[in-house]
Amino acid sequence: MIEARGLTKRYGAKVAVDKLSFDVRPGVVTGFLGPNGSGKSTTMRMIMGLDSPDEGSVTVNGRPYHELPWPLREVGALLEAKAIHPGRSARAHLRMLAQTNGIASGRVDEVLEMVGLAAVARQRAGKFSLGMGQRLGIAAALLGDPGVLLFDEPVNGLDPDGIRWIRNLLRSLASEGRTVLVSSHLMSEMALTADYVVVIGRGRLIAASAIGELTAQSARRFVRVRSPQIAELRAVLDGEGATTVLEDDGSLSVQGLDEVAIGEAAAAVPVVLHELAPQSASLEEAFMDLTEESVEFHGDGRPRAVTAPEAGR
Amino acid sequence: MTSTTRTEVPVPAGARASRPELPGGRYGLAGLVASEWTKVRSVRSTIWTLVVTLVLGIGLGAIATATTAARWSRMSVVGRLTFDPTRTSLTGLLFAQLAIGILGVLVVSAEYGTGTIRATFAATPRRPLVIAAKALVFGAVALVVGEVVSFVAFFVGQSLLTGPVPRAALGDPGTLRAVVGGGLYLLVLGVLALGIATIVRHTAGAISAFVGVLLVLPIIVTALPSSIGNSIGKFLPANIGVVLLSVQPQANSFSPWAGLLLLCGYAVAALVVGTVLVVRRDA
Ligand SMILES: Nc1ncnc2c1ncn2[C@@H]1O[C@H](COP(=O)(O)OP(=O)(O)OP(=O)(O)O)[C@@H](O)[C@H]1O
Ligand SMILES: [Mg+2]
Repeated sequence: MIEARGLTKRYGAKVAVDKLSFDVRPGVVTGFLGPNGSGKSTTMRMIMGLDSPDEGSVTVNGRPYHELPWPLREVGALLEAKAIHPGRSARAHLRMLAQTNGIASGRVDEVLEMVGLAAVARQRAGKFSLGMGQRLGIAAALLGDPGVLLFDEPVNGLDPDGIRWIRNLLRSLASEGRTVLVSSHLMSEMALTADYVVVIGRGRLIAASAIGELTAQSARRFVRVRSPQIAELRAVLDGEGATTVLEDDGSLSVQGLDEVAIGEAAAAVPVVLHELAPQSASLEEAFMDLTEESVEFHGDGRPRAVTAPEAGR
Repeated sequence: MTSTTRTEVPVPAGARASRPELPGGRYGLAGLVASEWTKVRSVRSTIWTLVVTLVLGIGLGAIATATTAARWSRMSVVGRLTFDPTRTSLTGLLFAQLAIGILGVLVVSAEYGTGTIRATFAATPRRPLVIAAKALVFGAVALVVGEVVSFVAFFVGQSLLTGPVPRAALGDPGTLRAVVGGGLYLLVLGVLALGIATIVRHTAGAISAFVGVLLVLPIIVTALPSSIGNSIGKFLPANIGVVLLSVQPQANSFSPWAGLLLLCGYAVAALVVGTVLVVRRDA
């Protein structure tokens, strides 16, 4: 269990994390989502007691991190890939961590086996690929068999096999009753892994909900309508207060009326309908909507999968 | 917080399986010392800096002594009278001090440079304990290596002094003090370098600061008018080193033990300032 209350971190004039409050519960994978620079890594460092918050507080299992009697046995973290001395072997790296928390050296070989690095355990870590470095970081997180796990962008730089491996690992850790917080700036990745998401933008909490709720609430719900009398239908729907957009493919995207209301309005004219299909936004779109105002570094023209009517919010 | 929504997610059945019991007590210095020992042993840079310390300390001492022995018949009377066989055989320590200092710096700065310091502070969040463990383990290594270098350099040097050239024996007045003092000098200077690294964090910056204190400050002091230079020169670590390695008393200097005590004060001050900064700063 992780409880953050009013966490605030400033770097000079810049507010990296702004009065952030959220809970991370055991037994589920919690996704920590936000665009680049939104404060995910900073928040995770504050949870781990590495950076001290300017305001607010965060506890792990009910205590501030620095009060944990055996930190590695309670919290495991992958914060940055390849944070290891290039001249040191994977085994020595894990061994020196194990020794600080009285963890048996047999456990070092166990986790090396778990992450598939047993064969290269004695090689210098400087020669490791990005993926191997990531696996070593995960081995370090698992070392103390902790009940709380934090992973900062664990799939970065991994191939599809590696990504699948991490996804399964996260799910199985959560199913064992552990608290799992995993950050990402990709909603699509979270959709496959997380049960619950905490979304932040510019350091502020935007949403904290079950992943299904996020799409349901999105303003990007609309109904696609096709009809040979589309212009006539459009005028009627506009009259009923809907927002309509005529798409390039000839279909009409309707927002503000549900499929039942549209069908009845069409029948009253009458207008023939060829298609009446409610569309829900993808998670990616829901995320875009949520973080729209808080994205710091816009590209010039983000691709949008669907040209839906502009949401009147 | 207006756009915030909270929903309860049902926790899967069986997910509340209890965690293994934590052992009693708390992590502490013993585990940290074991961990620091593993760190020191598991990188090659340690071995290399120690080998360089030994080679410089013993090798350059031997060269200096052999050169003096060869030149003895041509040396001036004053030169012969002020000849200190102990100090000459320990000359290499004034170079070995740079190598041991670099190791002291690396013990701290390599962790910052590679990012391992975060893993270390996450495993053991009481940071003063981490610095203490580093100083203890490095100190033990530096003491053993320092004394080995000093004694070996002394015996090798004396064996090279033949014929009419005076030789020193450990039993001679002040000689054992100088040889033991040579090893202690390397220990305390190394800890000073470690302390500088906790303040500076970066390898290059810390080594520059250390070398500056040892080699550049004496040059500046020499350039000052002698009335001022003579009164502040004795505070310099390099000057204290020469006093410690010499059997004969030196002009404008503290006594050997007072000098060593002052040097310990510098090292402790650097460690304390470094520890305060490390606790305050984000890792
Ligand atoms: N040590 C620091 N000094 C100054 N500014 C910092 C520091 N660390 C983070 N920041 C700033 O704080 C903000 C949040 O950064 P953070 O790394 O936490 O974001 P993030 O959500 O992890 O981003 P990403 O998805 O790119 O990893 C950024 O604007 C960053 O520039
Ligand atoms: Mg980040």
